[in-house]
Amino acid sequence: MTERIPRPNPIDARPWTFYALAMLFLFYMLFLYGPMLVIYTLSFQGPNGGVTFPLTGVSFEWFRDVWRPGQMANIPVAFSRSLTLASAVCTITVVISLAGGLAFRRPFPGAGAVFYLVISSLVMPGLLVGFGIGLGFQFLGLQPDLFTSALGAQLTWTLPFGLLGMFAVVNRFNRTWEEAATDLGATPLQRLRHVTVPILLPGIFGVALSAFTLSYDEYARTTLTVGAHNTLPLEIYALISSATTPMLFALGTLTTAVSFLLIGITLVVVLQMQRRRREWASRS
Amino acid sequence: MQILPLTTILVLFFALPTALFLIVSFFDYDRTGIYPAFMLDSYREIFTSISTLRVYGSTLKFALIVWAITLFVGFNIAYFLIFHVRNAKIRIVFFLLCAIPFFTSAIIRTIAWIPFLGRSGAFNNMLISLQLTARPLDFLLYSDFSVVIAYVYLYTLLMIGPIANSLSKIDRSLIEAARDAGASRRQIMTHVIIPLSKTGIALGSILVVTQVMGDFFVVRQMSGGQSASIVSALSTEIQAMQYPPAAANAMVLVIIVATMVACLMRVVDVRKELVK
Repeated sequence: MTERIPRPNPIDARPWTFYALAMLFLFYMLFLYGPMLVIYTLSFQGPNGGVTFPLTGVSFEWFRDVWRPGQMANIPVAFSRSLTLASAVCTITVVISLAGGLAFRRPFPGAGAVFYLVISSLVMPGLLVGFGIGLGFQFLGLQPDLFTSALGAQLTWTLPFGLLGMFAVVNRFNRTWEEAATDLGATPLQRLRHVTVPILLPGIFGVALSAFTLSYDEYARTTLTVGAHNTLPLEIYALISSATTPMLFALGTLTTAVSFLLIGITLVVVLQMQRRRREWASRS
Repeated sequence: MQILPLTTILVLFFALPTALFLIVSFFDYDRTGIYPAFMLDSYREIFTSISTLRVYGSTLKFALIVWAITLFVGFNIAYFLIFHVRNAKIRIVFFLLCAIPFFTSAIIRTIAWIPFLGRSGAFNNMLISLQLTARPLDFLLYSDFSVVIAYVYLYTLLMIGPIANSLSKIDRSLIEAARDAGASRRQIMTHVIIPLSKTGIALGSILVVTQVMGDFFVVRQMSGGQSASIVSALSTEIQAMQYPPAAANAMVLVIIVATMVACLMRVVDVRKELVK
């Protein structure tokens, strides 16, 4: 009883470039995770240790330090501030860039101008955006604040990203689905709610996630526009310029843990959504 | 109609502020404030001061080096992920592996290089224990080398993303057609794949170059304060309330960046490729 061994198709045989590129990928991973490992290791630094090797002991001291409001920075408060701002930025970005992405499918007057406005906003060095907005608020006699100037400054960054992301999402969308909905008598709003958005949902999710991350990590645009209350990256920035402790690394480790958790949850939700869809499809 | 909110926000928070510092760059100033005027002194200072020109040169040099490295690494990794990794699930896992470090603050990831590259850092210790070097290498940290490393570390993903997006849109039958017509693998690369991924290459290049041109944190931190960038010099001026020279510097930088982007868009019609 010999089983027939499938002969490899010559087209499928791996060329030498495969091995070269696999090595490159491996090196890139080492490069990417080397410093991350340093962060994870040093976050368990002993209470008397510093931000460099060697480890003087193993402790959770610096994780505790993250939650302690210190003289230099108040991490928990700054964290919740960043979270609120990032949620606002993320919501606004998704709604507006989805509308924009859908609008760009048809030519409209001024489309070129709007596109170049978006690209210019994307390539503008971040600190300059904050500088301009800060000057503007000063001239108008307004006080810069988290949900006015800082929100606006971050949107000049997340909206272009969101729109480019939406282009990628919308391009893969088959227009005939929408036409079918219209033919069946759906109003434009029903069409958007029941056809367009559900089909585009995974892509919209991706744009939302990247908008959230971009905002959560932003400091160049925010530093001159935030006013009196710092976001998390600005607190970190302030900490680095004064005294660096392994607390920063503990913060990095925590962020990684939380993002793994979030990615895990997202994967489970997406897989379940796919399974439900398959079951639904096989039933009907 | 649908485009109105987008346009409004960008005009309000991007176009108007930019116009504002264009105006301020011509203003007069002293220690107590800025005064409306039309003078070119701030610009004259930029173009006649050797140290300012040196800062511009150094930023452009970093932008060029980092662009070349991230383009090479980014394109090859994107190509590997799209064309060589055949299992869709593994591909998603690999993409996630590339993306996960980016959820950690860029500031923290930058300073993590200091204990990695330092004299008694992880890398030097490894080299010594492997007996590759007797004494710790000094050039690794607080040098141009460490600045470039940190930039490449932070921005390669910006190259991988758009290029992978372009590559994944290439119709596989085109490659088969080229092969059937007798093209070698190198010819397929230069005549089919690279031309069809130029939108991603252009977009990635725009993102990487403008990030480096706008940086003021990495260069300060990783050079140990030895190097400056255009924007770090500018932020010093802002802190000293010297708004007109800062604004003039900002204008010159904007013009440089805009020219670079315009040249790239000349070569590749990004818009036509994206919106179709």
